[in-house]
Amino acid sequence: MNALTSRAKQVDRRPLSFMERIYLPAILKGMSITLRHFFKKKVTINYPEEKRPFSPVFRGLHILNRDEEGRENCTACGLCAVACPAEAITMEAAERLSGEEHLYREEKYAAKYEINMLRCIFCGLCEEACPKDAIYLTETFAPANFNRRSFIYGKDHLVIPHPQQDPEAFAKAKGLIDERKEKVKTEQNA
Amino acid sequence: MDNFILAIDLALIIEKFVFITVIILTSLVIAMYTTYAERKVAGFMQDRLGPNRAGPFGLLQPLADGLKLFFKEEIIPNSANKFLFVLGPALAMITAMLTSAVVPWGNKVELFGRSIELQIADINIGILYVFGVVSLGVYGIMIGGWASNNKYSLMGGLRAASQIISYELAMGIALIALLMVTGTLSLREMVQQQMNGNWNILYQPLGFLIFLICVFAECNRTPFDLPEAENELVGGYHSEYSSMKLGFYLFSEYVNMFIASAVMSSLYFGGYDMPFVDETQLSANVAAIVGAAALLIKIVFFLFLFMWVRWTIPRFRYDQLMNLGWKGLIPLALANMLITGAVVLFLNK
Repeated sequence: MNALTSRAKQVDRRPLSFMERIYLPAILKGMSITLRHFFKKKVTINYPEEKRPFSPVFRGLHILNRDEEGRENCTACGLCAVACPAEAITMEAAERLSGEEHLYREEKYAAKYEINMLRCIFCGLCEEACPKDAIYLTETFAPANFNRRSFIYGKDHLVIPHPQQDPEAFAKAKGLIDERKEKVKTEQNA
Repeated sequence: MDNFILAIDLALIIEKFVFITVIILTSLVIAMYTTYAERKVAGFMQDRLGPNRAGPFGLLQPLADGLKLFFKEEIIPNSANKFLFVLGPALAMITAMLTSAVVPWGNKVELFGRSIELQIADINIGILYVFGVVSLGVYGIMIGGWASNNKYSLMGGLRAASQIISYELAMGIALIALLMVTGTLSLREMVQQQMNGNWNILYQPLGFLIFLICVFAECNRTPFDLPEAENELVGGYHSEYSSMKLGFYLFSEYVNMFIASAVMSSLYFGGYDMPFVDETQLSANVAAIVGAAALLIKIVFFLFLFMWVRWTIPRFRYDQLMNLGWKGLIPLALANMLITGAVVLFLNK
């Protein structure tokens, strides 16, 4: 019969020879192998202190972008929700009133914007669909939690920190976004 | 007899009491750190780091483990025999500790103008005593396994009993060959005979190999850990145990390993004899310290060997275990005994 793969091996069914039957040579061989592993470099990463670097295309939790003046980019067009294959995004649009120009960049904004992190498959299609440079995926992943409700992330979780009120946190998050844009761009060019 | 009792002065009693306390505490601490070493060695051999969170390098891990075991809930199953259920781990622990009485830990020490022997009791049948106590050790496991009223525990207990009976035979016969060479049953005398560097392993290599294999079986260590085979018997004889009673069982295994290593070093590897050092040149105290250190190094090596083997080879199947014991080791030990006897007889003529 022809072998299905090139890796097929004939099983050796000959009775054990004397050296094999006394086990000891085989045990000593095994012990030399374990001893070699004893001195090998360990693969463990001490997690909270050391972190494994993410791959450049890693897709984690979402973030909703603001511009330099702290105005939200999102216009609640709904393209991300349409693009989402897992139907994890829900939003409610609202019209910007006069006096709210410092809050929202365009005349329409998302009054409610929720992503269900249990439904989300982190495919990044929302990021690709967004015409307003508003939604990005970051390199953090959803932390563990005790109930399902807390995995539905609203605007309080998603919107990037305010550039004037919390410039440090904003710069950090913005840096991550820019880095990500850079990465995606080089990838597309390659 | 009366004179003998009167001859024991108070100082001797205090001396022995202190020494016993030291030995028991040392073996407990060493057993504690053997559990730590076991986990570290297991980790390293599997390319992991092992426990490293409690204290530097995880050195406080055994304390944390012990504390956890103390604070765990004590569960005694309703259908268990309460008295025997408690007796089991106590027996296991007591017999594990008892063996240390006859092991010579070092030569004489001069302290406060007294010459103190680093041995609790130098009895002339030392090795027989070791055997007696070790055979008692299985009662702890058997009683615990039976009293749990659980089929898995019972199976574990039965396995332990039959395994230890099978391997004790080969162990005893291997030892007879050694006794024919040394001509004494006292452990101290045996060690003294080896002080010139001619360790008994040179005369009895095959005997040592058989003895070593049997020690693995007696200590219920892999590849002979069938009494607690996790993947077939839940936890084996200690399935129903919790809290410190479980701790006692696990701990007695490590104390047993420690004592077994000490006995093996004394019998075959010169005990407290440091190789390439002439102890007679040194002062008594220095020689005793060097000797105790040498013994400790040998013990640590054997403990490492126990772990090394455990994390290398898988468990025997039950029929393989019995085949090896009855058809392999016992005939081999008998042949070894006969040949040794013939050679001893020939050389003495």
